[in-house]
Amino acid sequence: MARIAGVDLPREKRVEVALTYIYGLGPSRARQVLGMARVNPDTRVRSLTEEEASRLREAIDRSYRVEGDLQREVQMNIKRLIDIGCYRGIRHRRGLPVRGQRTRTNARTRKGPRKTVGVRRKK
Amino acid sequence: MGRSVRKGPYVDEKLVAKIRLFNARNEKRVVKTWARACTIIPEFLGHTIAVHDGRKHVPVYVTEDMIGHKLGEFAGTRTFRGHGHHTERSTALK
Repeated sequence: MARIAGVDLPREKRVEVALTYIYGLGPSRARQVLGMARVNPDTRVRSLTEEEASRLREAIDRSYRVEGDLQREVQMNIKRLIDIGCYRGIRHRRGLPVRGQRTRTNARTRKGPRKTVGVRRKK
Repeated sequence: MGRSVRKGPYVDEKLVAKIRLFNARNEKRVVKTWARACTIIPEFLGHTIAVHDGRKHVPVYVTEDMIGHKLGEFAGTRTFRGHGHHTERSTALK
C-alpha cells in the first residue's frame, strides 16, 4: 500500500506516472523525485518496497510543496490580488480571464456555461 | 517576459523625487500622476497617489502588498455600462 503525500494511492501504474496523481507533481517533477530517491521509474506502485516508498516520501517532503499546502499557497496568492484591488484581482473577483485573453467569444473555462442575456425593455 | 534585472524596476523619476521630498519633510499630500507604468516602490508606502485613468485621477492608497505592482493596475481604464438594454434609440426605427 503506497500512500504518499496524503491520500494518493494509485496502484497498478508505473511510479513515474502514479506520482503525477499528486497535486503539484507533473511528469518532470515526478522524474526528478524518482532520481533523488533512487527508485526505478518503471516499477509498479504495488511492487514498491516499504523502504522505497519512504525514500520517495522523504524526497517529496524535502523539495516540493504539494497537495493542500500548495493549494493553500495558490489561494493565498489569489486572495492577495483580490484584496489589493489591482486589475488581476478584479478579474479574479469577476470570474473573467486574468491574462488579457479575449472575452468577446470563448473564455468559457473562466465564465462557465453560457448565460443568454435577453433584451430588457426600458419602461 | 519580465524586465531585465540589470535595469531595475521602471520608476517615474519625477514622481519618486516628489515622494522623497514628502518623506523628507514628513508630510503627506495626494500626488497627481500620469505615470501608470511606474512600479510601486517601498518609498510610496502610506502615500495616496492619484493615478490617471484617461479621464480623471483615481486616488490609490499604497499598502505593503502593492509593492512591485504598477500604479496603472489600480486605476481601471474601462467603464462597463452593461449589456442588453432596449433604449429609445435602438427601438426607434421599428
